[in-house]
Amino acid sequence: MAEVTREDLLTAKQMAQFCVDGYLAFDAFVPEELNKAVYAEQVAGNGYWDKGTAIREVFDLPKVKGILQSLVGLYPIYDHSALHIVGPHHRDGQIYHADSIIDARPYAFDIQAMYFSHDVPKESGPTLILPGSHLRRTSNLSIGRYKNIVGQKQLIGKAGTIAFLHQAIWHCAQPNQTDNTRYMFKLRLRAGQEQRGLFNTDGYNDPEVRRVFNAHHPWHGEESRAENVMRAKLWRYVSGDDRVDVSFEGVLTRMHI
Amino acid sequence: MSKLRQQILILHLSNPELSSNTIAWALYDGAAPADKLQMQTGDEDTPPYKSVLDAMRDGWFVIQIPPLPVYRHGEDHETAHLPYEYVLERKVEVDG
Repeated sequence: MAEVTREDLLTAKQMAQFCVDGYLAFDAFVPEELNKAVYAEQVAGNGYWDKGTAIREVFDLPKVKGILQSLVGLYPIYDHSALHIVGPHHRDGQIYHADSIIDARPYAFDIQAMYFSHDVPKESGPTLILPGSHLRRTSNLSIGRYKNIVGQKQLIGKAGTIAFLHQAIWHCAQPNQTDNTRYMFKLRLRAGQEQRGLFNTDGYNDPEVRRVFNAHHPWHGEESRAENVMRAKLWRYVSGDDRVDVSFEGVLTRMHI
Repeated sequence: MSKLRQQILILHLSNPELSSNTIAWALYDGAAPADKLQMQTGDEDTPPYKSVLDAMRDGWFVIQIPPLPVYRHGEDHETAHLPYEYVLERKVEVDG
């Protein structure tokens, strides 16, 4: 098995995007042959972490391990996994939720990888996420009466699509209008070390990377500046530089934070 | 003989001004029969109204105006639920 190289790690720009959006998605990222093997296990009822062999191979791919290493380090700890299944012609959407309860850690985060072994077009029930919701203090179903939010995004993609989500991002399963069962394998990992400087930090304070933090999600509305400050603090944590300041107007420096 | 039933529309705005942009919406329709599908997560891309004021012009009545946020030291830059949440109602007749 090939080892992870620096090229397999997330770049500083990709990591900045993760801080801003709370997720990174890679379309058709896993090789087709492996997708077919996982899908066959899932259909046979063996698509679980403790039962399947192909699913383990997905997470042994150097490029997958490199992303996970960038996010949760060299010593990730298995938290739990699940095979989420939405049957054919299931008309109800799951309600919006954030997994688990309010996380008391100020900056550290778990990662939830979501992997699709088959094509997931809009009508097949892709997972719906709300980019930029990961830093909000909400608890599990406390967001359950929301139905539609500007900027919400369905994780549609080809077979082999895999997304890496901050554990607190708002999300829900979607209706499946097709004749086929939708499978989504989820793996939750937590870090066995501080999540500082784990990615390829080259250029982490370059203008190209700093510009990533200028973007805001329209649904943040009046709170977009508070959200920006939280991202700037998160960037200090994950970059390992407690002085770097990507906040708007340099407010962290202005306030001697 | 017809009866009145309540429809609840929840609009979240981008700031406390009632003509500011709608950023989230949910409809709970008490006039619809139990077997009719209610609004689902992710089933619409565009808000039904640009703002609360826009909905009021179309006959919706505001029954909740959110209190303004309270900012506490130590939580200065934290965010949580959507703060500017307006609840609107409309009463419609259904066949009894």
